[in-house]
Amino acid sequence: MKVTVEVTRRPEIADPQGTTVQRALHDLGHNEVRSVRIDRVIHLEVEGEDPSDVQTRVEEMCRQVLANPVLEDFTVEVVR
Amino acid sequence: MRAAVVVFPGTNCEHDVVHALTALGGQAELVWHRETDLTGFDGVVLPGGFAHGDYLRTGAIARFSPVMAEVERMAEEGLPVLGICNGFQILCESGLLPGALIANRDLAFICRFVELEVVDTGTILTGAAELGQRIRIPLNSYEGNWVDPGGSGRIALRYVDDPNGSQGSAAAVATAKGNVVGVMPHPERGVDELLGSGDGRVLIEGFLHSMVPA
Repeated sequence: MKVTVEVTRRPEIADPQGTTVQRALHDLGHNEVRSVRIDRVIHLEVEGEDPSDVQTRVEEMCRQVLANPVLEDFTVEVVR
Repeated sequence: MRAAVVVFPGTNCEHDVVHALTALGGQAELVWHRETDLTGFDGVVLPGGFAHGDYLRTGAIARFSPVMAEVERMAEEGLPVLGICNGFQILCESGLLPGALIANRDLAFICRFVELEVVDTGTILTGAAELGQRIRIPLNSYEGNWVDPGGSGRIALRYVDDPNGSQGSAAAVATAKGNVVGVMPHPERGVDELLGSGDGRVLIEGFLHSMVPA
């Protein structure tokens, strides 16, 4: 089963990379860009038949290692 | 006074740490990260480098190395646990220290001497130093920007002129008990004036004095 994990940095944690890219976009004249956040997408292929079971297991993986609970939130989408 | 100096795949400061500890009268032994028994060691150091390539996040994979169960045990028993640079990142990822380390504010790898101020002498790193003492040692990191949303970290050393955006200008952070410490600059590279500074000696000595023979 194909699973997409999106790991996003919490809004209150600074994202210097996003800020730098935003500045570059403004320099290019794209002044309509109000904010830029650069996050991480992880694609997994997981053995399993039951999507909700796969969902639960990948969420556990996120809590264990894929995301850092101090900094980040995550969403898990089972694509099939 | 025998310290274990842990080597992960990608660690690169282990020999500097062993040199600093032994030059100042301690005993130190390199220990591979797959080691599962650190019985007999009075303290442990996680040196700098790029453990497991820093993949995913700095320290994220290293925290699951087999040796970390022993590092956790020693932390619980009150023995000195010191993480330097990448070792600091590993201690944060493992939850032994509060907070996390993110990219430097200006997105630049910083490699230069920095000046620090001792703001807490109740830790295994700063126990031999004096409050307010200034210490000049090298900083060598990209992810040196410490954030602590919970605000529970105990700051032991501050940057006099914050180079990387670290919360509270923290250069070294400890647990409430003070026996687990993470430091971003490198005290082990400042033990000899010939190499630019001997200021780090007082920190290495603090660590050595905190090791009580088991």
